[in-house]
Amino acid sequence: MTAYKRGQFSIAFVCMVLGFMLALQFRIAMDQKASLPYQRVEELSARLIETEKERDALQEQVANFRQAQPAPGGSEGEQILKELRLRSGMTPLVGPGVVVTIDDSKIQSKAGENQNLYIIHDDDLLKVINELRAAGAEAISVNGQRLVSTSEIRCAGPTLSVNNVRSAPPYEIRAIGDSVTLENALRMRGGVMETLQVWGIQLEVKAAQEIVVPAYKGAAKFSYAKEAEEAAS
Amino acid sequence: MILALLGLSVGLLLGSLCPLTIPVTYSKLFSVALLAALDSVFGGFRSALDDRFDNTVFMSGFFVNGLLAAFLVYAGDRLGIDLYYVALLAFGLRIFQNLAIIRRYYLRKHR
Repeated sequence: MTAYKRGQFSIAFVCMVLGFMLALQFRIAMDQKASLPYQRVEELSARLIETEKERDALQEQVANFRQAQPAPGGSEGEQILKELRLRSGMTPLVGPGVVVTIDDSKIQSKAGENQNLYIIHDDDLLKVINELRAAGAEAISVNGQRLVSTSEIRCAGPTLSVNNVRSAPPYEIRAIGDSVTLENALRMRGGVMETLQVWGIQLEVKAAQEIVVPAYKGAAKFSYAKEAEEAAS
Repeated sequence: MILALLGLSVGLLLGSLCPLTIPVTYSKLFSVALLAALDSVFGGFRSALDDRFDNTVFMSGFFVNGLLAAFLVYAGDRLGIDLYYVALLAFGLRIFQNLAIIRRYYLRKHR
């Protein structure tokens, strides 16, 4: 222990340095925990909740405005407005038509085979909708989202995005039109239904006399397009 | 022993009062240096118990080990070799070994 006794001051110094480093590191670790990712997550979730509330309030406002809006220009204007609303998808519609339910395939894919063949994609849905439109469907909705002139249908990971709202399978397509024509258009030989059923994708068509297609819920505001001065031919 | 503890507490006090902070980029290097320092202190303690304590070895080990460890991790970072974990493992193993030897020493003494 003699050497140890002699070096006491240097040991004390070393211990001081060690203590300094320990305290510094401790403080840094605490700071780090209190700072970046943790705070960020909390901040972001708070902001998300706030934004969602704001969105809901705005949606309610939009609905209120639409209801309260008086028709300009007397009865003729009212007639035009009604017609336009009917066409633009701003009002829920009811009528005869078909309900098509599409779900992913239940067949197990064989080893080495592409899994994607057994899953519904945007183009499958687009084919069905195209067929319905060709058969004279007047109003179409996908999982409660009304298809309007600006609607998109697109894969978003495992879900599909329609009107920027995502939904997962099964997809329910409601179409108002001549129910017999619509149904036959889908069941056509070599048609959409047959092609999709090869992969085991479950497609069910039901005709009904009273189908309700909901109104378009999104914003209807153009920020780029303006009315042209002259009617372009 | 009392002097060493006194030094430790003074260091802790200074460290917690000092407004110095290490930028995040260097926090890895600092933690490795700290681990090296801890290892040196435990090694010194152990050698004191073994009656093999050498002041020069202890002092040089404390500072040179810490700086070298930090430098190696830095160099490894630059070269794309993550030496950080290697340093952690090496120093951690040594610390535990030293602790085990110190424990045995006291067990022997009190038996």
